[in-house]
Amino acid sequence: MQTPPELKYAASHEWLAGDGTVGISDFAQDQLGDVVYVELPEVGRVVTAGETVAVVESVKTASDIYAPASGTVTAVNEALSGTPELVNSGPYEDGWLFKLDVTEESGDLMDAGAYAAANT
Amino acid sequence: MTPTTETPLKRTPLHAAHLRAGARMVPFGGWDMPVQYAGVKAEHEAVRTRAGMFDVSHMGEFRVTGPDAEAFLQRVTTNDVTKLRPGRAQYNWLPNDAGGLVDDIYVYRVADTEFLLVVNASNIEKDWAHLQAHAAGSEVQLSDESGDWGLIAVQGPEAGALLQPHTDVDLGAKKKNAFFSGTLLEFPVLFARTGYTGEDGFEVFVKAGDAEALWDRLVAVGLTPAGLGARDTLRLEAGFPLYGHEFAEDLHPLASTYAWVVKDKEHVGRAAIQAAPPVRLIGLALDRVPVREGYPVLLGGETVGHVTSGSSSPTLGHPIAMALVRADAASADAYEVEVRGKAHPARRMDLPFYKR
Repeated sequence: MQTPPELKYAASHEWLAGDGTVGISDFAQDQLGDVVYVELPEVGRVVTAGETVAVVESVKTASDIYAPASGTVTAVNEALSGTPELVNSGPYEDGWLFKLDVTEESGDLMDAGAYAAANT
Repeated sequence: MTPTTETPLKRTPLHAAHLRAGARMVPFGGWDMPVQYAGVKAEHEAVRTRAGMFDVSHMGEFRVTGPDAEAFLQRVTTNDVTKLRPGRAQYNWLPNDAGGLVDDIYVYRVADTEFLLVVNASNIEKDWAHLQAHAAGSEVQLSDESGDWGLIAVQGPEAGALLQPHTDVDLGAKKKNAFFSGTLLEFPVLFARTGYTGEDGFEVFVKAGDAEALWDRLVAVGLTPAGLGARDTLRLEAGFPLYGHEFAEDLHPLASTYAWVVKDKEHVGRAAIQAAPPVRLIGLALDRVPVREGYPVLLGGETVGHVTSGSSSPTLGHPIAMALVRADAASADAYEVEVRGKAHPARRMDLPFYKR
């Protein structure tokens, strides 16, 4: 299971990059199984850390995605509307979900080591 | 902190084999069952295009014997058991007095006075009590053999071809719903040409003690293990109702598209079943958004029902769903389904969604 060291992780399995990019972890995509649909927030939406901001649906289930930081949505990954399986194949690359202009991170984010330890 | 007493999950005779194969296990009807091995879509596709196999050992088996066995089953089920010859299997319903379903079951006729019933895993205890109560005063013996059997469903267009070199029975000569004994990979088994995927295939009853060894041998001859996830997407595409979703104790069974399961005869709950159902089961197709059990179905802005089963269809490439809607709203061509507060268009699609 990959957990890139430069990212921060929420207990609810979102990752946050230094530039505000948000996705779900390799562990989370594996647990979800085949992703078939992603519902993304609107650009410009102001979100609070911990708030439901997107939904990732696998064949079997719908899972809420929570904002790992407060801020404004500046971009969403349009490629996911046609190829939601990018979340499975590249959760840290082409399968990113949205970008935030971060005003404040959630205080509960973990580093890669702590996240990996919590999910093995 | 309050201590909780949780009932431990039951395990099928194939539990160790699932863990060895790296299956993701989930609680299902009181059982610890594999939901997927490689992935739902890959397992689904294996069954539709080649062959896969499922552990369905959690299902219950009751044997019904005695001079009154046929008359008893004729009274407690809706289908015509007298039409069932030895060596044949029949889909059937166990109604309650109010016209709801205690369970949907399969009846296998072993001999003139001997039947095997296969019942849903989550309903074993309820069905047993129901049948015991109705058997009182009849010359019929019931035995619960649920723990004695492993049950492996081999399904897919190549199921017969894959099994044939390893059995002493001419599988191709056996028609749908045939029920017969033989050997498979040297194990004594009972075969039924039945299944729940919409594909050709065989359900194989094997002694519980032989089940794991047989499963391992079947993997070796090329069958793909498939989990509950694929079983559910396959049965949904095939339009098969699932107990607890499209059927329930308080749900009129004729709301489903299976009116043929009720024959004109005296049986438990007959008068109640003859009344028109207040809701109907329909099929829906959506463009992109998967819809799930419980989501509201709208017609002209008004809620007229709810989704009972929904998923993305791996074969069709778009979401499908079954829904129960009010009888007076059941003939429209277009509906909407409410997903997270937003209405999405859904078009009516005849059941089954997929037919081989």
